[in-house]
Amino acid sequence: MTLRRSSGQAPHGVSGQTAPVDRAQLPVPGPTRPFPFPAIEKSTLPNGLRVWTVHHTQVPLVAFTLLIRRGAASDPAGKEGLAAVTADMLDEGSGDRSAIEIHEALARLGAQFDTDIGSDATVTSLTVLSRFTRKALDLLSDVVVRPAIRESDFSRVRQLRLHRLTQLRDMPGAVADRAFLRLVYGADPYGHSPIGGETSLAAMDVDDVRGFHARAIRPDVSTLIAVGDCDHAAMVQMASEAFADWSGAAAAEPTGDGALPHAAPINVVPRMRAPQSELRIGQVSVARDTPDYHPLVVANTILGGQFVSRINLNLREGKGLTYGARTAFEFRRRSGPFALQASVQTSGTADAIRESLGEISGIRGSRPVTTAELELGIAALTRGYARSFETGEQIGRAALQLALYDLPDDYFEQFVPRIEQVTAEDVSRVMSQHLDPSRLVTLAVGDLDVIGPSLDALGLGAPVVLSPDAF
Amino acid sequence: MNIPSTQHTLDNGLDVLLHEDHACPIVAVNIWYHVGSKNEQPGRTGFAHLFEHLMFEGSQHHDHGFFQPLQGAGATLNGSTNADRTNYWEVVPAGALELALWMESDRMGYLLPALTDAKFTNQRDVVLNERRQNYENRPYGLAPMALLAALFPAHHPYHWTTIGDIADLQAAKLDEVRAFFRRYYHPANASIALAGDIDPEQALVLVDRYFGEIDPGEPVDPIHVDASMAGDSRIHFEDRVELPRLYLAWHTPAMFADGDADLDLATDLLANGKTSRLYRRLVFDERLATDVSASQNSREMMGYAQITATAAPSHTLAEIEPVILEEIARLAAEGPTDEEIERGRVQAEAQFMFRLQTVGGFGGKSDQLNAYNVFLKDPSYFPRDLARYQVCTKASLQAAVKRFLDPARRVTLSIVPHGRTSLAVRDSTTAAVS
Repeated sequence: MTLRRSSGQAPHGVSGQTAPVDRAQLPVPGPTRPFPFPAIEKSTLPNGLRVWTVHHTQVPLVAFTLLIRRGAASDPAGKEGLAAVTADMLDEGSGDRSAIEIHEALARLGAQFDTDIGSDATVTSLTVLSRFTRKALDLLSDVVVRPAIRESDFSRVRQLRLHRLTQLRDMPGAVADRAFLRLVYGADPYGHSPIGGETSLAAMDVDDVRGFHARAIRPDVSTLIAVGDCDHAAMVQMASEAFADWSGAAAAEPTGDGALPHAAPINVVPRMRAPQSELRIGQVSVARDTPDYHPLVVANTILGGQFVSRINLNLREGKGLTYGARTAFEFRRRSGPFALQASVQTSGTADAIRESLGEISGIRGSRPVTTAELELGIAALTRGYARSFETGEQIGRAALQLALYDLPDDYFEQFVPRIEQVTAEDVSRVMSQHLDPSRLVTLAVGDLDVIGPSLDALGLGAPVVLSPDAF
Repeated sequence: MNIPSTQHTLDNGLDVLLHEDHACPIVAVNIWYHVGSKNEQPGRTGFAHLFEHLMFEGSQHHDHGFFQPLQGAGATLNGSTNADRTNYWEVVPAGALELALWMESDRMGYLLPALTDAKFTNQRDVVLNERRQNYENRPYGLAPMALLAALFPAHHPYHWTTIGDIADLQAAKLDEVRAFFRRYYHPANASIALAGDIDPEQALVLVDRYFGEIDPGEPVDPIHVDASMAGDSRIHFEDRVELPRLYLAWHTPAMFADGDADLDLATDLLANGKTSRLYRRLVFDERLATDVSASQNSREMMGYAQITATAAPSHTLAEIEPVILEEIARLAAEGPTDEEIERGRVQAEAQFMFRLQTVGGFGGKSDQLNAYNVFLKDPSYFPRDLARYQVCTKASLQAAVKRFLDPARRVTLSIVPHGRTSLAVRDSTTAAVS
């Protein structure tokens, strides 16, 4: 390609000659103007429901997020999946209205409605045009406070979840997630995916759902977050009307008995003729309230939390073994899992595992992070922080973190300075403290016949073969 | 509702669209190249997307990967390829706009000197792994290959998927990458949009400084190839799945053409969400299916609509097919209800409002400006796009369903568990997919 200078003629609206480009060096980014983090106004209703509002008027929308601090970890033993079925039953009718009628009412508002279930929480979110604020709040309270929980709807919802479980057996990522949790947590309340299993779903009835709703979906563990063009006092008034007949206290959070299993270092769920192996490498690590949170976030960014992380540069950009590899600490109310995840080509399975274990071990101290890596990781986390607060839903999700993990009001203001304080020594220290190579569990969902022999050579012992039906 | 912008064209033909939004101290940089898998040739599929990967591997004046300096400046970035276009974007803190422009202009103007065989081989391996992960090793993952191949004849540019055929990817040559770049990656075939915390005048000066020196390149002529279907093309293949799934697909109008919005609304009311007609019948009342969905997939030359349903255990695709056809026939005969039309209108209003929330990324305001500019030469189209949905009536929607969702001209694909071809709907022949 031949190149030419820009001609003297400026484009429309531009006057004068433009300076030539210096391609010898990259422009140094200028300072970013200070960004005021969203201020949260807080009230608590007599029934214990916390009502938080954030004034955000970019677009005439209101984003509601209702956090209920009980989730799949509260499933009774033997009835794993109950919290998720209960969450599913919320929008399956209310009072005299059928499931379809509830959804017609949502559709008439053009609402975006979601229910999300995690280990520690159930979250419903509802975003609507501002003019429908009141109607949306009434609908949200119908769904959460007054679900009909009818036998006929329950049997249909459970059936659909059983069908879903059937389909998940063919999805290597889902098989890996479920098997990995079971391997590292065993019978702990965190040891199952929210969807549960065939046996536990079969064991529950509609009264279990009613019971779970009565002891988990309660105002004293809930926070309603409204982000939009809303006045705090008016929102509190509306919420106190809409949620007036919600009462009672939730049962205590599960604690787990602390006894975690010792899984084999390497495990395989066979998937014949699979073109890739779905990998999980990790262990139970650390809770959200760890004082090491910020150093761990920096460490993970460098290890596997961004495109230019060590893991991704190695497995993808170096070896071409995968479309992408990443690591994450899943911070929860109790100790959550750390996991590396990647789908790697079958022929490169053992190589990918060896490299991954090497990277984890390296960042614990044998290959400490360099100044350049540290600076890049910190910059990646801090300089773009403002963009996490662009939409109402993003702000709602950010506020939800404060409510779910009991974080202080100045958490957002403190995030950047605390990340900037992290040193290379901190990274080595927290990674050796919170990751223990002797407890790392490797799982591959893949073609055992092909990968088996190479896995034997990893020095992790013979792989334990798990049945795909075991989860 | 609108995305106000100022619009300029540099001397070399590069379109520049500028939208101010000072809510957050960030700027979205978004570049579209008007090239996609429809510009590929049979036997050379997957090329546009493979090329997109190489755009992240460094250019002449910064040959150490594209991500590092931008992530170090606090950016988030990505790119994507579809049949009609390739897009690249960064969302950067406002102070890093110039860096993003430097990087984007360097790869637009100076990619080839940095291109090596090692990068090419590496990214081809990555793409082959992307294909394994998202298509081959995923239940029903090869459905798009079978559907597109049946909907469009072998010479038609929509016959193949954007990810491409394995053999074609393996046969790709570095020289072809160079030729592809020269043919499609230049200002005359591109459009750049900046949205966010900018001063439009200063931003335009910067864009001109960085991109103005790049050679315009040869204009790319638009492609238009027609396709039609004569009958019901009934095919099936076996896959590693537990439950059989049925796909019905039809040719439909192109993006923004007459009938496109009607079909968007019609597919919604047929099979999107719990209020939809097919969800009620198939999943809620008769419980024949475990899920059902539908979409109007608008593309530049023409579109295709599809309805997908998975049989519940102990039920068959043979029970599901007549219900789908019956509901389409009823919609064609009676049209939607007033309530459905009203809901569609409010939902369109809300959906368009949701689209105004972000400046960058896939679907953000900068991406929408480029879509309107590249496909319609009209970056101000947003309100008229919404109006397309607001003017839909019972009659227009009914007419579109009658005309386009014709049971006699369609593709009917069954995907069944291995060894159970008897679960495919009647009269279907085996489709070869890989």
